Amino acid sequence: MPDKRERHLLISGFGGQGIVLAGDILGKAATLYDHKHATMTQNYGPEARGGACSSQVIISGEEVLFPCVEEPEILVCMSQEAYTKNIKSLRPDGTFIWDTDLVHTRKTDMHFKTFHIPATRMAEELGNKMMANIVMLGFLSAIEPVVHAEAIRKAVMDSVPASTKDNNIRAFNTGREYGTSITKGLVKPEPGKHQD
Amino acid sequence: MTTAKAVRHLPPHPMDSLLRTERIPHIWCPGCGIGTVFNALLTAIKDSCYDPDAVAMVSGIGCTGRMAGYIRLDSFHTTHGRALPFATGLKLAKPDTKIIVVSGDGDLFAIGGNHFIHAARRNIDMTVVCVNNFNYGMTGGQQAPSTPLGAKTTTTINGSPEEPFNFCDLAASCGAAYVARWTAQQVRSIRSSISEAMEKRGFGFVEVIAPCPSAFGRRNRMGNALEMLKFYRGRSVIRSDIDTRDAIVDIDREIVVGKFVDIERPTFMDHYEKFNRPQMPPWRVGHPDHQKGR
Amino acid sequence: MVAKEVLTGMHFMNGDEACCEGALAAGCRFFAGYPITPATEIAESMSRRLPQLGGIYIQMEDEIASMAAILGASWGGVKSMTSTSGPGFSLMMENIGLGICTETPCVVCNVQRAGPSTGLPTLIAQGDMMQARWGSHGHYEIIALSPSSPQEMFDMTIRAFNLSETYRLPVLMMADEVVGHMNERVVIPYEDEIEIISRRKPSVSREEYLPYKADDDWIAPMANCGDGYRIHVTGLTHDERGYPAMNAEAQERMVTRLVNKIRKNRDKIIATKNLYMDDVEVVVVSYGISARSAMKAVRDARSEGIRAGLIKLETVWPFPEELFRSVAGSAKALIMAEINGGQMVLELERSVRGACPVKLVSNFGGAIIHPRTILDAISKAAKGKL
Repeated sequence: MPDKRERHLLISGFGGQGIVLAGDILGKAATLYDHKHATMTQNYGPEARGGACSSQVIISGEEVLFPCVEEPEILVCMSQEAYTKNIKSLRPDGTFIWDTDLVHTRKTDMHFKTFHIPATRMAEELGNKMMANIVMLGFLSAIEPVVHAEAIRKAVMDSVPASTKDNNIRAFNTGREYGTSITKGLVKPEPGKHQD
Repeated sequence: MTTAKAVRHLPPHPMDSLLRTERIPHIWCPGCGIGTVFNALLTAIKDSCYDPDAVAMVSGIGCTGRMAGYIRLDSFHTTHGRALPFATGLKLAKPDTKIIVVSGDGDLFAIGGNHFIHAARRNIDMTVVCVNNFNYGMTGGQQAPSTPLGAKTTTTINGSPEEPFNFCDLAASCGAAYVARWTAQQVRSIRSSISEAMEKRGFGFVEVIAPCPSAFGRRNRMGNALEMLKFYRGRSVIRSDIDTRDAIVDIDREIVVGKFVDIERPTFMDHYEKFNRPQMPPWRVGHPDHQKGR
Repeated sequence: MVAKEVLTGMHFMNGDEACCEGALAAGCRFFAGYPITPATEIAESMSRRLPQLGGIYIQMEDEIASMAAILGASWGGVKSMTSTSGPGFSLMMENIGLGICTETPCVVCNVQRAGPSTGLPTLIAQGDMMQARWGSHGHYEIIALSPSSPQEMFDMTIRAFNLSETYRLPVLMMADEVVGHMNERVVIPYEDEIEIISRRKPSVSREEYLPYKADDDWIAPMANCGDGYRIHVTGLTHDERGYPAMNAEAQERMVTRLVNKIRKNRDKIIATKNLYMDDVEVVVVSYGISARSAMKAVRDARSEGIRAGLIKLETVWPFPEELFRSVAGSAKALIMAEINGGQMVLELERSVRGACPVKLVSNFGGAIIHPRTILDAISKAAKGKL
């Protein structure tokens, strides 16, 4: 019996962070390796770099007809602007994931299931902050297993330049391990930065 | 089926094999310079080594563009100004075809001006023959981008307030591999320039200053067709290899004619092959190596 | 290493890329275009793929030139296409007319965005539907298809080429921003499972050949440049020889054939996808991305017990008048869902001739129609409250 429920995700940040690539990888993993249906659409401004950017991913056991994510159940924010703009759309029982260093959250938004990871910093430590999106995908795979981790790994391998495959897989694993240790309560996440 | 008025009683013309004789008489006015250019062009084709089945003519709209309807080759009479991009597509799809584009000054440099500069820049391998009669003849003689400053046309009855283009200079500065200009009376030079341009691998441009007695000549009191021919010839000064910026067309002073540019430059296809498939062998009959062997 | 022509297998790709792959699978080997959002990815994909397949990609100086170049390439015997969006589509109209008049096979993909003018470059609309039908001057018939998904971008681009080669005219792909930019599963079949149609060539000698003399099916066999037939091709009204013929009689004869080769073959050209149409009371009609919202609304209506059905137009032009005339007799209402101020709905109204109410559900562009809006209209129509 296929899972008919549509899972709605919104990944958001700014142009140049690989937001659309992250959505693409997730959709590809679901479609090609988890044998589900997926759509990925993107919203972007006229700027190639720095403008607000988001990718909307819907994953389902059945054909997806309406490809818009209006009320995501999982929201990933990798910039302050993305957070301010999108947090209102998150479902009350939704999961809110953000980059610790890039988003200053409000305490009033902490009623969601909240998880954060210094993805950009971790990617920098791994040698390239461009991989923050992949670290974030690893983290996401541990927090909300909408797509199997192995499927995402394969999709990452398909999607990044050959010379960076090893590094990207390391980035994915780093994010995933961090996520797993948090969900298992092995480590306490470092405090997020809140605005009052 | 049709109402073709073929004139059967005339003796055969030496160019009949290259003419759609059933379409003669043509639409050009008596004394029009286009006929001279057409004849020179047909001779150049006939004298060339090209198989006529592998030569195609492309034209736009206007009196000159009608040549495509009279020549017995694969011929394409396209939209106003668009002969060059159409010919570009044809040439790239069928690189073993010799392409000749015939066009008037308005077609080629007003509505089609943007296409001209880009075709020359890309150095598409084709021969472009422009009949410049200083106005739009087919529509009755309106101002063109070649109309001399102060000249009268139906839309500039007090004299044209615009300075005209120097087509040869434009062609040269955009990168044309071959550029020449003659007046319509210099028939042998026109023919040899067309032949040279056809032999040239790359974008060849031949401009012919030609009388339009019905419109431009009449409005500017230039006399009959023969007088116009002689007038342009008289104003002409042969100065080959001059800087094209100095190769002026000023009907009050001088019309500089000659062969101004004759250079070797890689064509679009040369570069395309080099950048896109350096590892691949010559991939089609139209490859440069093949054409050289003709 | 020679690249693969047909990328057989399952992919997660966007509609623009799928359009490119469909074209290549159909045998397209020439692309001329000009960058424009949201169609640029088609050109980019073509620029990467075509050189490896022995084809030509060229970025022209504008869309006028792009359209002219693909016509030239087609006469050179190579299947050709271009892609664009609204502003570029406007520029192409002149030479689309030349393609109609000279009967030149080629494909134009318009990934629609919101207009008028520059409008919303990155956001959807379906506002060019009437432009597709009548955008070039003079009277003619056209074929236009409308894909709803990346998979259909692939499938329909192949069909567009086949139709253009069969009926000898530019065939328009009326896609939209969301379909173009949406990533989804695309299954590319084995090469030998893809039906490819190429133009019919003359079977007579050069002396006997009349380039515009049609066979019984209203279509004339086509000699390419260089085939030795010494053809003349003109955008002037012409006779069967292809020679200019400047009179009303020739005009009547030429346009009659241009029109009839589509009208008389409409059964072979028109394609629709019908859903829940057996016992239907309220019929939703839609195309492109809007058809997906419509399908969701119809399914939701069914689960609420409303007997709703969907007719999805796969060919938008020619419009399936007869189908709607027959449906209208038994339906309570027809609902058209489209992202414009009401374009195809006019055709729908014209077709049903007042036999039942016709309702438009639409917006002016920038967003997809929400299935809920269509569902509301269905509910009202079912209660007879339109």
